[in-house]
Amino acid sequence: MSASTVAGPSSPPPPGTSGTLADYVLGLADDALVYTQRLGEWVADAPAIEEDMALGNIALDLLGQARSLLTYAGSLDGTGRSEDDLAYLRDEREFRSVHLVEMERGDFGVEMARLLWFSTTRLAIMQRLARSEDETLRGVAGKAVKELAYHRDHARNWVVRLGDGTEESHRRMQEALAVVEPYVTELFVDDHAAVAAAGSGAGVRPSEVEDEVRSYVEGVLAEATLRPADPSRWTARDGRRGIHSRPMGYLLAEMQHIARSHPGATW
Amino acid sequence: MQAAARPGSSASTQVADAIRAIPDPEIPVISIDDLGIVRSVEVDEVRRRVRVVISPTYSGCPAMGLIEDLVRHEATRAGLSAEVVTQLSPAWSTDWMSERGRERLREFGIAPPTAGAAGGTDGPVPVQLTRHQVRCPRCGSDQTTEVARFGSTACKALRRCDACREPFDEFKVI
Repeated sequence: MSASTVAGPSSPPPPGTSGTLADYVLGLADDALVYTQRLGEWVADAPAIEEDMALGNIALDLLGQARSLLTYAGSLDGTGRSEDDLAYLRDEREFRSVHLVEMERGDFGVEMARLLWFSTTRLAIMQRLARSEDETLRGVAGKAVKELAYHRDHARNWVVRLGDGTEESHRRMQEALAVVEPYVTELFVDDHAAVAAAGSGAGVRPSEVEDEVRSYVEGVLAEATLRPADPSRWTARDGRRGIHSRPMGYLLAEMQHIARSHPGATW
Repeated sequence: MQAAARPGSSASTQVADAIRAIPDPEIPVISIDDLGIVRSVEVDEVRRRVRVVISPTYSGCPAMGLIEDLVRHEATRAGLSAEVVTQLSPAWSTDWMSERGRERLREFGIAPPTAGAAGGTDGPVPVQLTRHQVRCPRCGSDQTTEVARFGSTACKALRRCDACREPFDEFKVI
């Protein structure tokens, strides 16, 4: 009756089910990797050239974090997979990122709303991971904290500028908060791997940072003369278990197709 | 067995110095040593190899791969094999940049990072009466405005001088 006899086309166990440290690290890596891909879409398409550079730089920082974390995950899970194997050769169900980062790009206001929630949450988690029992996580987090502080500041400045700007920018920023709202609760859900990692002193339960993150964002919204979004009628969930939404397939196709079309190619 | 490896021997010193003097690929006016990213250079003359520990400036710094290649190149020229180790912790800080490095940046037209990295230390942080001030590397005026917090590379921001009106890069304090 072993379950493996009925396993379908994807034979490795579904991610998020083992609760190992590798799974936890993969979640941290995939959030950064998938958001890097989304942020990259802004380059040459942002409202100003300075924003092309800012969002490209933020993506580059996150890519750096993802690379260190993917390499570590590959060494932890015993498969010896490299960062490239993990980034390019996993299928959708094996990605452990939250839905917020795969969400299709909206206008610039929506991006700043997403960046505010994402960077505030990741900064709070990385600040705690900088004191992790795990030496590698401590090292990655120690660097990430400095980078994320800049990202959060950037989002904060724009949300305040747009919220407290013209009538139109205020209205659109307010709408942007509502677009992002259904994806916020998932950021604070304690998945299997995070609970196990927190138990061993290596990781952080996302629920631990919720109050701090919400109060920071509320402070920014107050300064921006915006009101918090109304509770959404549905909420995204289970990204950490590999359940993703429609945009994820297109995102991965774009990110992975070169590597998959030319296996092992180098330059 | 270390007798022959005399770390102070002239051959050891020469290759170590050559490695430390490698120019940063993105800002070639400053060496990787002056930038403060070289943690250690250990030359083992017996085993004919050199071990170099480097802290990246930013997690995603695209120059890291090239720096590794340049270190290998210097080692090979000296007939040594090279091991390059990337060390993330403790995280690199602009406080590790040398005075000479800061001067070179200024001469090149990049405002060097001011001392006292934001949030970079666990100890007490001195309270300052002024806001973060950056001096124009061309005319020296401290009347400058931030144009964009993210500049042409991960480590720089873009500013403009209100006195001479020239735009310039600022090395971000981290």
